[in-house]
Amino acid sequence: MLELKCLHKTFNPGTPDEVKALSGVSLTIADGSFTVILGTNGSGKSTLLNAVAGTFIVDSGSIVLNGTDLTHLPEHRRASHIGRVFQNPFSGTAPNMTIAENLAIASMRGKKRRFLTALSRGAMREFYDRVKSLNMGLEDRLDNNIGSLSGGQRQALTLLMACWNRPDLLLLDEHTAALDPKTAAKVLELTKNYIEKDGLTAFMVTHSMQQAVNMGERIIMVYKGKIIHDFSGADKKSLKAKDLYELFEDIKRRELIDPAASEILKANYV
Amino acid sequence: MTLLLGTFTMGFILSLLAAGVLISFRIFNFADITAEGSLALGASTAAVLITAGSFGPAAALFIPAMAGAAAGAITGVLHTKFKINALLSGILVMTALYSINLHVMGKSNVALMNEQTIFTYFNKLLSISESANKTVLILGFSASAKEAAAAALAFILASAGGALLYWFLGTEIGAAMRATGDCPQMAAALGVNTDLMIIAGLSVANAFAALSGALLASYQGFADVQMGIGMLVWGLASVIIGETLVREKSIGFAITSAIMGSIFFRLLVAIALRFGMNPNDMKLMTALFVLAALVLPQIYKLRRKNC
Repeated sequence: MLELKCLHKTFNPGTPDEVKALSGVSLTIADGSFTVILGTNGSGKSTLLNAVAGTFIVDSGSIVLNGTDLTHLPEHRRASHIGRVFQNPFSGTAPNMTIAENLAIASMRGKKRRFLTALSRGAMREFYDRVKSLNMGLEDRLDNNIGSLSGGQRQALTLLMACWNRPDLLLLDEHTAALDPKTAAKVLELTKNYIEKDGLTAFMVTHSMQQAVNMGERIIMVYKGKIIHDFSGADKKSLKAKDLYELFEDIKRRELIDPAASEILKANYV
Repeated sequence: MTLLLGTFTMGFILSLLAAGVLISFRIFNFADITAEGSLALGASTAAVLITAGSFGPAAALFIPAMAGAAAGAITGVLHTKFKINALLSGILVMTALYSINLHVMGKSNVALMNEQTIFTYFNKLLSISESANKTVLILGFSASAKEAAAAALAFILASAGGALLYWFLGTEIGAAMRATGDCPQMAAALGVNTDLMIIAGLSVANAFAALSGALLASYQGFADVQMGIGMLVWGLASVIIGETLVREKSIGFAITSAIMGSIFFRLLVAIALRFGMNPNDMKLMTALFVLAALVLPQIYKLRRKNC
């Protein structure tokens, strides 16, 4: 279970660039559930994910995963519980290392790294089998540098790597946004498979309404660093992409009205 | 032939420096100038240990290497924990090491006259007398036995250093280190302590540089506080030449090519000096050479793009 309590984060505080990225996010995510986070650009949805992953330490609030307090742990310590796939397909793999070497690093996530050869014969066999399960023909190219692969292939491998040692939490940050539609569909299918097979607790950021409707059991909408909608159960199931669009339009209208309204208020009362 | 052997000996000794530069330059993508300081640190520590006389030849290599590792660790801490630019961290430590080296030696240079170095131990092992000028035949040429033994020892040590580095970079920790340089975001997401890896990596790199310095002092018979100057570019030249000679980019080949590059570069220098190059121009030439090696591939790429 992931428990977020009253998370606050302000970037560049006290400067003209001050951004209140998270202002009081509280959220509880049940074990084995698949939650989708929706939001407009700059709404704080990726920030929320990064706060959990430990890219930065939150200003206040607490992050507890299965009873372990992660709030002040550095990113690499949290990584023993968390698997991640990034939006940029090039962020999740080391381009100048071979597929096998990348997998070797992933297979040691959450374990103590030793002075033992990373590519033992047993490990290579496991790499072969697991890569074969991707059905992308990459199992015969384990000795090729990952940099020679396409973005989609790299993203599929990143996903495989993130799920290698069953993570307590899987964070997906718009991981198909940079891919062409066909590859994106393939990666999404793999994502679904992994989550279902291992019963993973997953947290996915997207700005595709269709994805949000098709996937997951719960939709959370974030706006200005706050959770504004939370659909789960039957509500989520009956939700259509059209309904979500309307909610978005709502937000946009609010954005247009807000400054105008404040102008009127100013003119009348100040 | 004796001259050629000397060239090879120097090449092998400096290939350890090249291996160190390979780590900072090719794994972490920055030229760590601490190497210049730690090479001199290794040389001065070794010279002091050797003149003290009570240390064995292994200690006179091991202790300098540890000193170099400590220097590299400081650069790493400055860079990762205090967020100082990598190049600047190296410059700070290199500059500080200049004074430290003077303190280690107590003066600006130490001569090793008739002292017991690893080279004399090796001669003893092969029962080659220090005083008699025994000669051996190599490929039909007569050469000084002492020089041949020195070249052989340097070859053994360079190979051992290369093999050790190859093994290390292939371990779980070594792979994590390479990933840290290649894609830090990925490494951190997979639980690699990237700061620690950079500190450890620079430690190893400078241990190699210091080891190279210790051997250089033993071989040349003196340690000088200035002997590190220009050595980083020298190491870079070796790495780059090696890469040109060996196109394959895997780790094993990269290490082998750095050693080969070091030898080849030393040979080029020997030939240039032989054909009357002013020794004062050597560092200028080395710098120009590295510049050309860095720029030419870019020009080549640009021209190919335009076509």
